[in-house]
Amino acid sequence: MDWTPLLLSAKLAFWTMALIPVLAAPLACVLAFGRFRGKSVLDAIVTLPMVLPPTVLGFGLLVVMGPRGLAGAAWEDLTGGRLVFSFAGILIASLIFNLPFAVQPLRASFEKMDSRLLESAAILGLTPVATFFRIILPNCIGGLAAASILVFAHSLGEFGVILMVGGSIPGKTQVASIAIFEAVEAMRFNDAFLMSATLVPVSFAVLMIINKINARRP
Amino acid sequence: MMLCADMTKRLKHFDLELRFSCAPGQITAVVGPSGAGKTTMIRLLAGLERPDSGAITFGGQTWADPDSGVFVPARKRGLSLVFQEYTLFPHLNIRKNVAFAATDMDRVDALMDMFGIRHLAASKPAAISGGERQRAAFCQALAREPVLLLLDEPFSALDVATRRNLRARLKELKGELDIPILHVTHDLEEAVFLGDTVMAVENGQVAPDWLHRQCLLPQQ
Repeated sequence: MDWTPLLLSAKLAFWTMALIPVLAAPLACVLAFGRFRGKSVLDAIVTLPMVLPPTVLGFGLLVVMGPRGLAGAAWEDLTGGRLVFSFAGILIASLIFNLPFAVQPLRASFEKMDSRLLESAAILGLTPVATFFRIILPNCIGGLAAASILVFAHSLGEFGVILMVGGSIPGKTQVASIAIFEAVEAMRFNDAFLMSATLVPVSFAVLMIINKINARRP
Repeated sequence: MMLCADMTKRLKHFDLELRFSCAPGQITAVVGPSGAGKTTMIRLLAGLERPDSGAITFGGQTWADPDSGVFVPARKRGLSLVFQEYTLFPHLNIRKNVAFAATDMDRVDALMDMFGIRHLAASKPAAISGGERQRAAFCQALAREPVLLLLDEPFSALDVATRRNLRARLKELKGELDIPILHVTHDLEEAVFLGDTVMAVENGQVAPDWLHRQCLLPQQ
């Protein structure tokens, strides 16, 4: 059996998990503490990937990230390569698809913080940015870890969005879920079973870790 | 420097309309019934809320004046506020909490000695008692050398011994600090013990006769 799709899935999940806090934490902070017009619109935009069918989101991303799309053309100007059907392309798609899965638990974690701590920080001279890094993040580290691990597990099983944006190029964009689907289509049930059987304990372990983190959070 | 406030703020059941001043080196004790607007007053002075009209000035600087659009945010006022319940940062140990906004580490150690919490330096707030946490909160507030000290019922959740101890420390520090101190309390005895002036607030207004009505002139 070819283990490349599983390794590619792990690589995609790892990078999504590593990069998602950079996008999700500031967004969650703005949604949790911000008071501005258009907040509900921003909230809806961030949550949209959670409710849209993955193929619809994938198609939208394919249009934007394609050679004639805004992001695709900019990428091509910058790197000379195509964004769609590349690992970078599926990573960006994965980040967008997973954004609400990280923002929602992080936002809940931020909203649970004692607001007087934020007021204390302001009185003691901290700017909002310094408060985010020195007070909010250290006190929500459990929420951040849980969100990242949840995103890792979610990324392992991505199918629709990745297929639309990346296709199924072996060694490049063919992740485990796509390889399993193709193995079943080609009636290679042993391969499909082995890959599936590998994903089950990994997903189970991830859920156990999230449960442990949640149990330790105050 | 002198704190002067002549401000109004619309609240749910009444309008807060306060005019007063606090001199450096003096404690102004603020008393009054629950819901009189004392905490809102503290929040307005701290810069956590904006007045609807009027002005708050400190020394020559205007901190808030809605008519001219001036509002100095809390972080730029250089004051300290001790809340009713401790607000130490849970992820930092006691020494790091006290030193959070301090510029002089020697002062941090001196304050921790004075308030008897030096031995707790490495402990996290969750691991010590409520009284010890409030003493640490006082140290944190004083370590930054504030220009104004606001106290919002800081002793109310403490046992009698700790309360007496902290009151004594505060009185001791008053002259040394030489800043205006505004101390909100429910406890009339405490207000009289600590306050150079006692200001009563009722339904959002300064009520000079409230104290008399409460304890000096029994109702017939």
